Amino acid sequence: MSVDRLPFRAEPPRRRLLDRVLARPSLAAVLGLAVVVLLFGLRVPDLLTPAGLAAVLDSAALLGIGGVAVGLLLVGGHFDLSIGTVTLASAVLTAVLVGLGEWGIWPALLTSLAASLAVGLVNGLLVVRTGLPSFLVTLATALVLQGTTLSALPLIAGAPRISGLDAAPDWPSASAVFGATAEVGGGVFPVSLLWWLAVTAGAGWLLWRTRFGNEVLAMGGSRRAARELGVPVPRTTLVLYALTATAGWLLGTLALVPAASVGATPSLVTAIDFVVVAVIGGCLLTGGFGSMAGAAVGALLYAVAREGVELAGWDQRWSQAALGVLLLVALLVGGTVRGRLRAAPRS
Amino acid sequence: MPPVLELRGLSVRHGGVPALDRVGVTLEGGRITCVLGENGSGKSTLVSVLSGLRRHDEGELLLDGVPVRFGSPRAARAAGIATVWQDLAVAPLLSVWRNLCLGAEPTRGTWPLRRLDVDAARETTVRALERIGVTGVDPDQPVNTLRPGARQSLAIARAVHYGARALVLDEPTEPMTIAQHTLIGQAVLGARAQGLAVVLVTHNPRYAHLVGDRFLLLARGQVAGDLTRADVDSDDLTRLMAGGEELTALTTRLQELHPELGDR
Repeated sequence: MSVDRLPFRAEPPRRRLLDRVLARPSLAAVLGLAVVVLLFGLRVPDLLTPAGLAAVLDSAALLGIGGVAVGLLLVGGHFDLSIGTVTLASAVLTAVLVGLGEWGIWPALLTSLAASLAVGLVNGLLVVRTGLPSFLVTLATALVLQGTTLSALPLIAGAPRISGLDAAPDWPSASAVFGATAEVGGGVFPVSLLWWLAVTAGAGWLLWRTRFGNEVLAMGGSRRAARELGVPVPRTTLVLYALTATAGWLLGTLALVPAASVGATPSLVTAIDFVVVAVIGGCLLTGGFGSMAGAAVGALLYAVAREGVELAGWDQRWSQAALGVLLLVALLVGGTVRGRLRAAPRS
Repeated sequence: MPPVLELRGLSVRHGGVPALDRVGVTLEGGRITCVLGENGSGKSTLVSVLSGLRRHDEGELLLDGVPVRFGSPRAARAAGIATVWQDLAVAPLLSVWRNLCLGAEPTRGTWPLRRLDVDAARETTVRALERIGVTGVDPDQPVNTLRPGARQSLAIARAVHYGARALVLDEPTEPMTIAQHTLIGQAVLGARAQGLAVVLVTHNPRYAHLVGDRFLLLARGQVAGDLTRADVDSDDLTRLMAGGEELTALTTRLQELHPELGDR
């Protein structure tokens, strides 16, 4: 190498179109969505009626909120398996306070939010302090929380289910925020759709347009570099866990309020769903890159597949197999994306 | 006028083991101090302390004569001490401007709507790169599409841009090309010309002798020698770097010859 050749040669400013398309992290989700919509649209036309669409969007909203929260955490290089159990536990806590403690719904919701944040902080502190893989740390807290909730609820309530919460005096106000519906052309669309949109837009803005987001990206991309550049890694991690815990609480509330009841059912598996949704949406499992809009598309894809399988009258378990295949494809595409990002000539 | 940076009896311990043991150095503006020593001699710890990644356990770190204790690398950078890290400290999947501005991103708006000023960040990036002679870079390009030399340029441009008082360079351990050495040389000489205190941690004694004004030899966390160009030529430095025994022998010799060195 000669001296006069300074080592910063300008790369060609326009990368090839294919490269740019392949570098979109959400590519797999968009393609997958097109495929399942086409497949099920032909097979079960009911899916594309307002009623079918409402059912799809209803389940997509809840998957999407969790997927976006978990996606943000994945970008930061961490994992959270406890979000599903936070959902369950916060809903149960709210229901116990309202149904048995005769609290107002709003104080009860605030209390369960505080409790969820406490779980998030415990997760974050354990991850930061011990340096153990967050996958295992949050699996442990998830098991503790789920076991406690499932066994404590029947003891406290005397039944595995608390219902009739809508008798609480200020219930209608909470119902308007978390349980409202709008009927459009025969389909009943829940307010959780708006929450989903808001969470996706907010998370996308946070990730790509704020200092905090830049810290999350750097932390997930290279923790050593982030530390050397003064990113407050412990604080950022704690905030991320607080955010997923808040999302868990929101999911619990969005499930609790429309039904006005909650039952003790295991929910650990939903956390896996969120990870699947985020990864299909293009969040790298290794951290450092991801797309919040992609996670939302991933949730939509998941929901179409699930509802489509149900409407087609197939065994529900087929959708799990299909999702497994999809996840694999998404992981392979993720590898291609990173390969493309690295594909520029080296010497 | 006090020196830009001064270490007085500064110690850092990893557990019970001292990584730096009562180190005393003055780093004046407009001078290049080359830090030489074997692996584990405390070079990296010295860099960590100067750049705010580690806090010292004993002694004092003075900036312009005032004792300081940086809470984080961000605080050190805010005080004008910028570092080119051994691993270059770049996040591979992020764009050039995100990497360059990380930790000091320009923002606009007020909280909670405070957001990155992306255009200003891009402009800062282009200007910072131009300042070290690099042009025609797309600031939106992900860093891992850059060649290794270009990544180094990015790290240097960042440090030169944010370093107002002192520049700390920790050379990569792997062998560098002539062009890479040239770039580092230009950066340190440019910083010296602007009156910055420059600390260059290097493994190449000939190169150190070429650009350095002073040579700080570290051994087992202690200052084994604090030499100027008048004291050594490049062969001496090479010999000093060749083996630990020689360095230790030299330490003893120097201390005999120069009682004023004391028990460092």
